[in-house]
Amino acid sequence: MPKLPIYLDYSATTPVDPRVAERMIPYLTQQFGNPASRSHAFGWDAEKAVEQAREEVAGLVNCDPREIVWTSGATESDNLAIKGAAQFYKGKGKHLITVRTEHKAVLDPMRELERQGFEVTYLDPEPNGLLDLDQFAGAIRPDTILASVMHVNNEIGVIQDIDTLGELCRARGVLFHVDAAQSTGKAPIDLGRLKVDLMSFSAHKTYGPKGIGALYVRRKPRIRIEAQMHGGGHERGMRSGTLATHQIVGMGAAYRIAAEEMATENERIRMLRDKLWAGIGTLDEVHLNGDLQRRVPHNLNASFNFVEGESLMMAIKDLAVSSGSACTSASLEPSYVLKALGRSDELAHSSIRFSIGRFTTEEEVDYAVQLLHKHVGKLRELSPLWDMHCAGIDLNTVQWAAH
Amino acid sequence: MSYSDKVLDHYENPRNVGGFTADDASVGTGMVGAPACGDVMKLQIKVNDDGVIEEARFKTYGCGSAIASSSLVTEWVKGKTLDQALAIKNTDIAEELALPPVKIHCSILAEDAIKAAVADYRTKHEVATEGYASCDPKAA
Repeated sequence: MPKLPIYLDYSATTPVDPRVAERMIPYLTQQFGNPASRSHAFGWDAEKAVEQAREEVAGLVNCDPREIVWTSGATESDNLAIKGAAQFYKGKGKHLITVRTEHKAVLDPMRELERQGFEVTYLDPEPNGLLDLDQFAGAIRPDTILASVMHVNNEIGVIQDIDTLGELCRARGVLFHVDAAQSTGKAPIDLGRLKVDLMSFSAHKTYGPKGIGALYVRRKPRIRIEAQMHGGGHERGMRSGTLATHQIVGMGAAYRIAAEEMATENERIRMLRDKLWAGIGTLDEVHLNGDLQRRVPHNLNASFNFVEGESLMMAIKDLAVSSGSACTSASLEPSYVLKALGRSDELAHSSIRFSIGRFTTEEEVDYAVQLLHKHVGKLRELSPLWDMHCAGIDLNTVQWAAH
Repeated sequence: MSYSDKVLDHYENPRNVGGFTADDASVGTGMVGAPACGDVMKLQIKVNDDGVIEEARFKTYGCGSAIASSSLVTEWVKGKTLDQALAIKNTDIAEELALPPVKIHCSILAEDAIKAAVADYRTKHEVATEGYASCDPKAA
């Protein structure tokens, strides 16, 4: 019997790897200097640590360390990239492109830019969650200045073809921003080869601490952005504020471990994910959300038809997972990501996201499968929809009294 | 979101799960909600010759609060006349289960389920006395 509860929500956040925490601690109590202090050894030590971490982050994604700007996390990086580039290049045009399944940290800045007079095209993905490349190319206009497409989706784990999307953007003179919060350590990123101009990173999705992230800003060709935070001109004027040395050291350490271990780690995680899917796939009426092949091994998002997601989470409370059900949100709207794939509301309401990580064990996956088999069956016995399904009634033909 | 002990109790040990034969003349069936909204409740009442609800059964697709609300309602309507059952208000259900504001709609749905079941029973009886076949509960 594994230790309960079991954490299967690595896409929400990850624990800090103990090796990372160990490297961070001296920068809180001993080497506490301000990296901007140029006049003494405390500052020099802190600056050296920050620059080493910058190299470690650059190392995972194959870019020049001078292209890395520290931020407070991927949300800030997305805001800085999108609003910063739009405001700098607005003289060239006021049109932007993004996708409906992006994270709110991209969609909300886009909405803000619309209020400021920009125009945004929101593309619908294919039913498998992937973007149609021709549709994307067709959306580019002469006044398009920036496109933003995430690398790996946070809910369904699908990997967008940022390789081809980057080529399409570069050929048409459009800046390309990629939110990579969910892909570092999971999918390879080679900025030496990719035609990506701006890329957002987070530490806490990759076994680093919360509260730290970075924005990659390409130097060749040089990309300019307008700062969103003023006050001292840190980070070459792009992001002011005293650098959080211990957090930065933690992000560097976490990204170094990811670079060294991702190949073997991902194989192990893929094995666990496949085992989980094989285990729950034998249940009747379980639907996978998102493409199975073009997907990070860490993610499994499935809809358990005729069972509402929140009540299923309540039944499997020993598993820490998340759901696209509306009942988990204040809005009463089910997952906008699943709806953008064309999933019916009821399947969106019935979805559970399992995300597997570094510390997940085979025993935990076996336990999860067993628990799901027990409780999905129990909840279906309680479900009038399951009765109707078993009686051969097509739920789409029923006149429901919406409320 | 954390649940009250009463919600957890009804969720983990739901009362009166199941159903009666819908075309039985003594049975009233109410089905309310919609799958697209994330909750569907089916409530059935069995009424004796004195017009008193002898038994109730439910099945619910929905969150824990929806399941608990319908389970509670099956306990409350038992032993009540149809009019007494109709007097049960969603606020009573919400208060008993200590539902948070975001879950109030679950208690409203449970109240609607009672109304729908009673209306079905009454329609059936008017229809039955005139000698017609019983109605289709699926359309309720």
